[in-house]
Amino acid sequence: MTELSTPAASKSRTLVLDLKAAGPFVALTILVVIGYLLNPAFLSEGNLTNLLTRSAFIGVIAVGATFVITTGGIDLSVGSMAAVISGMMIIVMNSALETFGAGLTTVFIGCGCSIVLGLGAGLINGLLTTKGKIEAFIVTLGTMGIFRSLVTYFADGGTLSLDFAIRGTYRPVYYGSVLGLPVPVWVFIFVAICGWFLMNRTAFGRYCTAIGSNESVAKYSAIKVDRIKTLTYVIQGFCVSLATIVYVPRLGSASASTGVLWELEAIAAVIIGGTVLKGGYGRIGGTIIGALILTVIGNILNFTDLISNYLNGTMQGLIIIIAVWLQRGEWGRGKTTKT
Amino acid sequence: MKHILKPLAVATATAIGLTGAALAQDQIRIGVSYPTPTHAWAAGMNWHAEQAEVRLEALHPNIDLILVNSPDPASQASALEDLVSIHQIDALVILPFESEPLTDPVIQVRETGALITVVDRGLSQPGIEDIYVAGNNPELGRVSAEYMMTRLGEGDNIVILRGIPTTIDNERFDAFMETIEGSGINVLDSEFANWNRDDGFEVMQDFLSRFPDIDAVWAQDDDIAIGVVAALEQAGRDGDGMFVVGGAGMKETIRAIMDGNELVPVDVLYPPAMIATAMDVTVAAFTSNGPVSGRYILGATLITQENAADFYFPDSPF
Repeated sequence: MTELSTPAASKSRTLVLDLKAAGPFVALTILVVIGYLLNPAFLSEGNLTNLLTRSAFIGVIAVGATFVITTGGIDLSVGSMAAVISGMMIIVMNSALETFGAGLTTVFIGCGCSIVLGLGAGLINGLLTTKGKIEAFIVTLGTMGIFRSLVTYFADGGTLSLDFAIRGTYRPVYYGSVLGLPVPVWVFIFVAICGWFLMNRTAFGRYCTAIGSNESVAKYSAIKVDRIKTLTYVIQGFCVSLATIVYVPRLGSASASTGVLWELEAIAAVIIGGTVLKGGYGRIGGTIIGALILTVIGNILNFTDLISNYLNGTMQGLIIIIAVWLQRGEWGRGKTTKT
Repeated sequence: MKHILKPLAVATATAIGLTGAALAQDQIRIGVSYPTPTHAWAAGMNWHAEQAEVRLEALHPNIDLILVNSPDPASQASALEDLVSIHQIDALVILPFESEPLTDPVIQVRETGALITVVDRGLSQPGIEDIYVAGNNPELGRVSAEYMMTRLGEGDNIVILRGIPTTIDNERFDAFMETIEGSGINVLDSEFANWNRDDGFEVMQDFLSRFPDIDAVWAQDDDIAIGVVAALEQAGRDGDGMFVVGGAGMKETIRAIMDGNELVPVDVLYPPAMIATAMDVTVAAFTSNGPVSGRYILGATLITQENAADFYFPDSPF
């Protein structure tokens, strides 16, 4: 694949890049037009705000996943990680309530706990993959099961609920707005800008791409491969903890069903956005569009009763495949690529 | 292999059984088998089973209840074998993980002469169990619809959030639709919210963007209802007599009903405590002088502020 695409890129570099960049955006535009035609309320301010806020969780996680996937790794544990971090945040804040009251201190303790856990969980995934020399798929499949069962255990099979006294203080982090945009959207924008900068304007980003393209060559080029790869999992963990911090105040609860399949949604957002699943090419901007596409699909399906509810999964699957085909398909790229 | 081992196992079981019977003349052993909780309702069910064990054993010194929970259908089948071979149970109370894979193991238990009580999920062959205890899904739909009809009339609009596409969900939904037919209440749309708070929140947000005039919501489930309430509050559409009807009997919901919550004024019961009912009935089969065998279909009681205290278990996880 790498050998095939490199000569193609050098032959008609601008054309290929343009298509890759435009593909996800074209798909999103088409979806928005369809949404508007089905129901003009789709473009109402309320719905647009809901859409952006909702895509913030998957979007923030997917920015982290872009780094992991670009270096040729994969992290299947993010959904379970989000669930267990939510659970721990709730437990910590509920117990801090007695000592520190329902003020900002308790909320800060909860958020601090989330970040420490996120970085820690990412570090474990990263070290097991690099130092432990176990395939990322297996490591994160393992931690996925561990995190999921831990949250079930902490919740005693039921649901962990944040104390109502703290909810009042913490609520604005999800429901509040700054300059007309909800706080989670600002977090999303902030993470997206940092992620873009890190990927496209720093040595770290170039190392990620290099490792994903060819790990051996990267190693001979004096890149500290293990360190960079571990760092991508730590970044992923940090992104999960940020997503959790804005997720918890929404419903103030965590259970075994929190964050189920988020890992696949995050991976789908990354791939829809144009990043290559086997690594070597990562696009943060595309990932953002990918996360928005996934949210818009769910939203449109809720906006129409034209399609049987039983077929929601079919529609989602079709749209995801078409969105990726729009940017990967041979059409428009010319026949030179084949040879 | 299985064929060789089976007669052996039966032989040992009989041998132990004889000595066991000699030691404790009238000790009645009842095995209780149910799934390990994967969601809050099942966690409540586990809790109620443990409560019933303590209560029944204190009440009847000659009754020994053996509780086992299993994480999947295969281990539940093994648990049944253990209950027979190690504990020589006189009766089995089972909430099957899945109907199909557990039908045969339960028949095996029955062949040892044990009394069989099946809870909630029926087996795939009729006539195996002596006692059947279950909640009533169509009734849950019907009771919810009847409550809606007391509050709403001609031209009022509701939206429905369904569970996961399953028989349970279809039974509830079909009974609801049948009951409100002809009442003039418009069902604007229904979408699946997977018995999940997050999905309840998102589906309700979309309903609110899509329909400017909604008078009530049938959320069918207490977890979905929590998401629905959060969406209503966010959009500021939780006033003007808007109300949400959930179902199951979660303790937080019942607490709110006791306190006179207007947004969620009632709940419809689908009790996790049904396992306790089944254990009571099974014990009665050994202690009562009346006949006990038969089908016990529990009511889908409408929980209101007046009777909420009867269904409130603050220590249960659900």
